[in-house]
Amino acid sequence: MVGISDLRSNFKRWKMEHKSQIEDLQYSLHLWRRSPLSIVGSILVLSIIITAIFVPYIAPYDPIEQDIKKRLGPPSWDHPFGMDNLGRDILSRVIYGTRVTLMIALIVTAIGGSIGTLLGVVAGFLGGRVDEVLMRITDMFLAFPRLILALAFAAALGPSLNNMMIAIAIVDWPIYARLARGQALSIKREDYIEAARGIGASKWRIMFLHILPVCSSPIIVQLTLHMGTVILTAAALGFIGLGAQPPTPEWGVMVSDGRPYIMNQWWVSTFPGLAIMIAVLGFNLLGDGIRDILDPKLRR
Amino acid sequence: MTELLKVRDLRTNFYTYRGVVKALNGVDLTIDTEEFFGLAGETGCGKSVTALSIMRLIEEPGKIEGGKIIFNGRDLLKLSEDEMRRIRGKEISMIFQEPKTALNPVFKVNFQIAEAISEAYNLKTKEAVKKVEGVLKDVEMADPSKVAEQYPHELSGGMAQRVLIGMTLSAKPKLLIADEPTSSLDVSIQAQIMKLMNDLVKKLKISVLLITHDLGLIAENCNRVAIMYAGNVVECGDVRTIFKKPAHPYTIGLLAALDMSKERGNLLTIEGIVPDLVNPPPGCRFHPRCPSVMKICSVEKPRTLEISSGHSVACFLYDNGRRLDDG
Repeated sequence: MVGISDLRSNFKRWKMEHKSQIEDLQYSLHLWRRSPLSIVGSILVLSIIITAIFVPYIAPYDPIEQDIKKRLGPPSWDHPFGMDNLGRDILSRVIYGTRVTLMIALIVTAIGGSIGTLLGVVAGFLGGRVDEVLMRITDMFLAFPRLILALAFAAALGPSLNNMMIAIAIVDWPIYARLARGQALSIKREDYIEAARGIGASKWRIMFLHILPVCSSPIIVQLTLHMGTVILTAAALGFIGLGAQPPTPEWGVMVSDGRPYIMNQWWVSTFPGLAIMIAVLGFNLLGDGIRDILDPKLRR
Repeated sequence: MTELLKVRDLRTNFYTYRGVVKALNGVDLTIDTEEFFGLAGETGCGKSVTALSIMRLIEEPGKIEGGKIIFNGRDLLKLSEDEMRRIRGKEISMIFQEPKTALNPVFKVNFQIAEAISEAYNLKTKEAVKKVEGVLKDVEMADPSKVAEQYPHELSGGMAQRVLIGMTLSAKPKLLIADEPTSSLDVSIQAQIMKLMNDLVKKLKISVLLITHDLGLIAENCNRVAIMYAGNVVECGDVRTIFKKPAHPYTIGLLAALDMSKERGNLLTIEGIVPDLVNPPPGCRFHPRCPSVMKICSVEKPRTLEISSGHSVACFLYDNGRRLDDG
């Protein structure tokens, strides 16, 4: 039988063994606590994530259920955010919209981030012609205004939620590629990379096993910092009809739906707009916070 | 004793904005099996470049321009990059000057050693992890199971160097190149590490190319030694012979500067400075600083001649045929 004292001593030993990691975590926590903005950011992002997970339990109504009689009804106790032009509960739609928005942000950063990081590491490590070609391609992408380029891709691929995500990922990857390349360039001069070559590690092994993890932290920061922009781009594309298609409760589409009624029924556009603002603000603050916490100059 | 590594007329250049740095100007070396071979010389004389050239790890803007590196009967300079990769780590391994920067900061020790083992024996990393503690025990680490779970920044310099030695020797290479393995460690740790290297080398029957500017380290550990000056091996031979009867004027100067037995007073130095390798002096690269310089020295590069069994020198003082012409 395992007694409580056994558990306690096991825990103590675990604590001893992982002392440095625990201290590191405590220090991160300490830095986090000292920056109020990153606390606000974390709370906002966390509440968005929790909302997205528990959507069906939180949302009071079905987001696509129409009640034409209450069409464009003002905010009331039954419908705190009011009703839209098709008589749908705006609060429920905004809540369901968190799921769509979060999915867009995650998928786009996952696709763009991984493609960009891989190509960037390859370019930086191999150098020479590979580097030249890849970086000129990123130059081409970066030369265009990103929103316009995403718009063009989305239009070319045809308006749908998936195509919009692909379009944003396509214009997003060069940012990460640039960053990863710079990191790879500096890391490849480190002694441990030479040591790894000295024990016969192959190029690919060095690139993906040694360089990739070391350069991941600025990329993670960039990814979180960039999620706000991605959400904004997605909303913009949704607004002009190139993103999610009705009746998907996507915030950009909802803002667009309320456009004709903005003078008299302000709530149709305002609440989804506020949701966009809060989400973008949350991700930006969190990104800044993570950047500060991971900044080696601020750490010991 | 058979020849393990034979370097002939190795030339490595670096193409910099100032011009071509002729870092290696025809280096000759021969290392036998189970030999502890020392390579000594001042900073910037090309010791490390020689080591990196042997490993074929010279990077842009450097380039190996010519010569032969015969290792176990194969010319390493003629191998493809892939074949060379299989030699690195498995047959020739290298440890570096700064042990702490030669470990990847984001991985634990056990993973890094396991990686070296898995590369060498084609094992899965998981299986290789099981062998890590054995490796750490071999390098006489005080608390192997604890160290295995630590990150490089938690190790001291001496511990990190032990880890690196364990890592490189776990693959049982035939030749270990140690580039200033102890110069960043303090003296007592230095002695421990050198003893450990000596023990392991004897146990595993491998050869070592020890690169250092510390002649004391060479005198204590090596069988044979080569002295380098400005990209050339100027003298090579048995450690005892070289230290007792140095032949090349540079070696003589080097040892005189070291000699503690002389009465106190002015420290003996070699006049002049190390030449700029973009515009090296013609002929023998040492001639502007040489106390016994002759006319021919600035004209022609001296041949390497064996003046007694196993003791070779590249200097016109010992080249009788040439010396007569000089008259």
